[in-house]
Amino acid sequence: MTALLEMRAITKTFPGVKALDGVNLTVRKGEIHALVGENGAGKSTLMKVLSGVYPAGSYDGEIHYDGALAEFRDIADSEKRGIIIIHQELALVPLLSIAENLFLGNECAQNGVIHWPETFRKTESLLRKVGLREAPTTLVDKLGVGKQQLVEIAKALSKEVRLLILDEPTAALSESDSQALLDLLLELKDQGVTSIIISHKLNEVRRVADTVTVIRDGAAVSTMDARSQPITEDAIVRDMVGRDMAHRYPERTRRAGEMLLEVEDWSVWHPEHVDRQVIRSARFNVRAGEVVGIAGLMGSGRTELAMSLFGQSYGKNISGRVRINGKEVDVSRVDRAIDAGLAYVTEDRKSLGLILEEPIRRNITLANLEGVSAGGVLNENEETEVSERYRRAMNIRTPSVFQKVMNLSGGNQQKVVLSKWLFAEPDILILDEPTRGIDVGAKFEIYGIINDLSSQGKGVLMISSEMPELLGMCDRIYVMNEGALVGELTAEDASQERIMSLIVTE
Amino acid sequence: MAIAEPTATETKGVGEYLLAHMREYGLLFALIAIMVFFQIVTGGTLLRPVNITNLLLQNSYIIIMALGMLIVIVSGNIDLSVGSVMGFIGALAAVMIVEMDVPYLAAIAICLVVGGVIGAAQGYWVAYWKIPSFIVTLAGMLVFRGLSLWLLEGQSVGPFPREFQTIANGFVPDIFPASIGQALAPVFDARQVNVLALGTGIVAAAAVIWSGMRKRARNRAYGIVDEPRGFFIARNAIIGAALIFIMFKLSTFRGMPNVLITMGVLTIIYAFLTERTVLGRRIYALGGNQKAAKLSGIKTERLTFLAFVNMGILAAAAGLVFAARLNTATPKAGFALELDVIAAVFIGGASMSGGVGKIVGAVVGAFLMGLLNNGMSIMGIGIDYQQMIKGLVLLAAVIFDVYNKSKQG
Ligand SMILES: Nc1ncnc2c1ncn2[C@@H]1O[C@H](COP(=O)(O)OP(=O)(O)OP(=O)(O)O)[C@@H](O)[C@H]1O
Ligand SMILES: [Mg+2]
Repeated sequence: MTALLEMRAITKTFPGVKALDGVNLTVRKGEIHALVGENGAGKSTLMKVLSGVYPAGSYDGEIHYDGALAEFRDIADSEKRGIIIIHQELALVPLLSIAENLFLGNECAQNGVIHWPETFRKTESLLRKVGLREAPTTLVDKLGVGKQQLVEIAKALSKEVRLLILDEPTAALSESDSQALLDLLLELKDQGVTSIIISHKLNEVRRVADTVTVIRDGAAVSTMDARSQPITEDAIVRDMVGRDMAHRYPERTRRAGEMLLEVEDWSVWHPEHVDRQVIRSARFNVRAGEVVGIAGLMGSGRTELAMSLFGQSYGKNISGRVRINGKEVDVSRVDRAIDAGLAYVTEDRKSLGLILEEPIRRNITLANLEGVSAGGVLNENEETEVSERYRRAMNIRTPSVFQKVMNLSGGNQQKVVLSKWLFAEPDILILDEPTRGIDVGAKFEIYGIINDLSSQGKGVLMISSEMPELLGMCDRIYVMNEGALVGELTAEDASQERIMSLIVTE
Repeated sequence: MAIAEPTATETKGVGEYLLAHMREYGLLFALIAIMVFFQIVTGGTLLRPVNITNLLLQNSYIIIMALGMLIVIVSGNIDLSVGSVMGFIGALAAVMIVEMDVPYLAAIAICLVVGGVIGAAQGYWVAYWKIPSFIVTLAGMLVFRGLSLWLLEGQSVGPFPREFQTIANGFVPDIFPASIGQALAPVFDARQVNVLALGTGIVAAAAVIWSGMRKRARNRAYGIVDEPRGFFIARNAIIGAALIFIMFKLSTFRGMPNVLITMGVLTIIYAFLTERTVLGRRIYALGGNQKAAKLSGIKTERLTFLAFVNMGILAAAAGLVFAARLNTATPKAGFALELDVIAAVFIGGASMSGGVGKIVGAVVGAFLMGLLNNGMSIMGIGIDYQQMIKGLVLLAAVIFDVYNKSKQG
């Protein structure tokens, strides 16, 4: 097979950071090519160079596409040649409908007048293709991140696509949605579409990729071809982190202590459709030193449960009781919930977790400004020290804590959100998809931090769509389905099958 | 990814630093350029002591309101009512003091409280009902314009008692013996020298340079890529020299105007509040990402509310200064002034979407506008051209911002 794309000696520098350092990448026609690497290795940057986000001239090196030198001036330019990129950070217009988003800039129109029936018909067929059951008129705002991802993919399919670039497409997707997406990719491959997929989920990479290129510190360190020999996850990991990783989860000594958090009869109604009950009399607890998981499908109400607990940040007509250390506490406002010892690490870091325009330093201290101030006056030296400490502890890849969070790679942004809540020193940490978009090495580090917290007698409640992660980390797992906790499993009893069967039988 | 060592500060740092701080230097440079230009074309009138004094008096109320407006804009809102509120408070003061014989100190206190209440009334809808500030304050603008007309019954009311006038037109008396001033006068070839004013200028310049050096030392200690030495020295030398120069000029006239003290003190307080306190930090967070701020435990509604209360109080203060300066309250006072205030804040580098902007920037922005007004008036340029030029300056400043941002990637 011939090469569709050849990127030669690509080098890209940002102020203070050399993101890419002479990367070579060859993508064959009709293959699925996976790019893997640690957070901040330069994967997204490489794809932005390719798709014209960073125009020709702003980087060094050459791109050969379809046998000719390509110098894209912008995204529109590369799209014309059939290169379509779906970014890690979604780029939909929240207050427009799915249909409007799909055909934005590419409207089915005659003389500037939009042909709605046609638009809806096409939208429906595209949505079917990606397996999203929503009306074309639904506002994107109302969809969760997972569904928004599917809309993005549908949007890409609405154009003449030859080379599809997906930057961590499954990071926010549930197991089954991911499967469907990967099947879709394989199907597209049969139709002759070449794709590049960036992912931290190595099992998926192994499943679909024909070729895997590992990026480390801004350089392509190895390329593996699935045709010559089967690719193993261990081999990928070794090249990614530069050493062997025997275990994916750190050793954990279990010691559940006193009862820490008890939630009873927790019911929450939808903020707009006020007669729809989103959480149905949930009842659960977390002991000191315990790591408790909540498993469930996307949309089962896990995030809603967590956010309603955390200062009623979600929902209306919330009822129920929360006890911490045996005492009933008021969690009706975020500041009160924080005072009561709760912290919530959001699954949606970009819109709910970070102030992108501000530096790392200011983001880390935001939930605990008291910790770096005296009498309401900030001590900026202390703030710098604190955030430096977290930068090192969490291994956030950046030249300094004065860097804007906007300029960090996705995984490093996630570490900033985590740092922020660790610095708030909660007794109970609610983690919502804490390792989304995080590389294997950093995951291990984060699991280590979770273990440290629990050994200090803190309670951790972990929501995750990655079942292996729940099984590997948790002492107990609650299973959630359609707003109700439908089962509880101890670590010994829990398995992927048992969790699924609890969900299905309900 | 390879991390470039931040030790290369001096060499390659220069271009990079300049790019990152283009905005601040641009503003300072523009201010100087405009000053030099008018100084030349007005044949030296611009920087005559009496004109500098005038410049300060003319712009004092804009600057006072720009302080509050910056906070409102940083929090992600806007206040279109300040011009009307300012006029209304002036009218209220006039009616109380001139017509009802209320003691002037009591009247001032009442006016400030009323300003705060007006701010609260508008802020309430914005903060707790999530009604866009543009709409709430647009309504406020009409309401308070109407209220001042009603209060004054369409007439001008004045004059004010002397004590009230000194708010705006008074000068700080020299606390040093007159003999020192007289002894200094021949040295500078001036008729008189107000030692207090000159001394304050020197102290202020020293303070600016000292705090700059302290900050620089601190940045060094943390290995932060900071301003190249040459820039640092040049910038501080210019600011220090300008402070001393202006205060010297003032000292050869009537000394420091009272409003200069008011403005200076307020600027320092608000700069401290926004940059160094927890409260200030939270306002920036609120404007930067309201949802994330809220989920971090920040009481976003209350903060928005307070930003408007503060704006109301400052608009009231500006109204008092304005009325005292004109020595009368007229129904037209403050008309369209909100636009000058908002323009000053944007010229000073604030962002329309919130979360970005500095107090010092807003003050410099206001001075820049004031300088343009004053210079063009001295040159006898018609109000028509003045408006056009000011509009273009605002546009240029914002384009410069946007361009800069895209350049930084
Ligand atoms: N606009 C920018 N300004 C400064 N540095 C940047 C910018 N964009 C990216 N970087 C830096 O370049 C490096 C590579 O970033 P990139 O987003 O390509 O990483 P990635 O491999 O996609 O990581 P992740 O898996 O976390 O998404 C990071 O260190 C990042 O901080
Ligand atoms: Mg990335």
